[in-house]
Amino acid sequence: MVKQRRDAALKALVEGVPYIGFLGIEFERRGDELTAIMPFQEMLIGNPALPALHGGATAAFLEVSAIIGLSWSLLWDEIEGGTLDPDTLLLGDLPRLPRTVSFTVDYLRSGLPRDAYARARVNRSGRRYASVHVEAWQDNRARPFAQATGNFVMPRGDG
Amino acid sequence: MTKDRSTIAREFIDAVPHLRALGMEVTRIRDGCAEIAMNYDPRFVGDPETGVIHGGAVSALMDTCCGAAALSHPACVGWAATIDLRIDYMRPATPGQRIRAEAECFHVTRSVAFVRGRAMDDDDDRPVATATGTFTAGGV
Repeated sequence: MVKQRRDAALKALVEGVPYIGFLGIEFERRGDELTAIMPFQEMLIGNPALPALHGGATAAFLEVSAIIGLSWSLLWDEIEGGTLDPDTLLLGDLPRLPRTVSFTVDYLRSGLPRDAYARARVNRSGRRYASVHVEAWQDNRARPFAQATGNFVMPRGDG
Repeated sequence: MTKDRSTIAREFIDAVPHLRALGMEVTRIRDGCAEIAMNYDPRFVGDPETGVIHGGAVSALMDTCCGAAALSHPACVGWAATIDLRIDYMRPATPGQRIRAEAECFHVTRSVAFVRGRAMDDDDDRPVATATGTFTAGGV
């Protein structure tokens, strides 16, 4: 029951962002750990000759993973602490998302035309600023094809 | 020779599925400089409350524009694959307005092209974002 409400809250958070749906990105949750999945589709191709994923699609995937990962970590603390009822998210009362200040992507190898996965790690989460590192891989978790570091301004509680 | 390279680059960009999906339009590409535009589209929104375009879409535009600038540089041989790209977001792009990126490849070594770019909406004087990137330049 708790699990279903949390999954529904995560779904509401993700489905609130049109660009995540445009790219077809999904999230899987194990406790507080999220894995982002970008199922392969033709429109993600950037180099038809290889073929390879577009660097912009990879960058967007990493940034989406970082923002949702950071946002979920904030919500998780509030849900765990009892200050946020996950049902309020389902009613459309979605939290403001962190705003990206800077985002740096390293392309380690070309993205293959198949599903991609990503996990974000929040390295700093303060009152005003946060820093998040994210890695994306395909077949082999130990061989990421891209990584990124993003700095964010936290959403203000007073709107 | 330079004109041929630019024509090839333009045709290549037009044939890329992800750029077609984002509706990108090359408005200028020549001798290490490129300008690419992307129309506002509700599907690209990142902040549903304000209607502001997602940073990821701006990243895709910047990556494409910086890569096109590198590709069109006379000293750049082969495909310009991104090594790294940093985007700084100055302000949210105004919802409803077309975003225009311009990039300049300002240095090329035997293996690396260095590029900087910026993205604007209708207000040319206040960039939405700036980019700094490195690309492969030496062929494979």
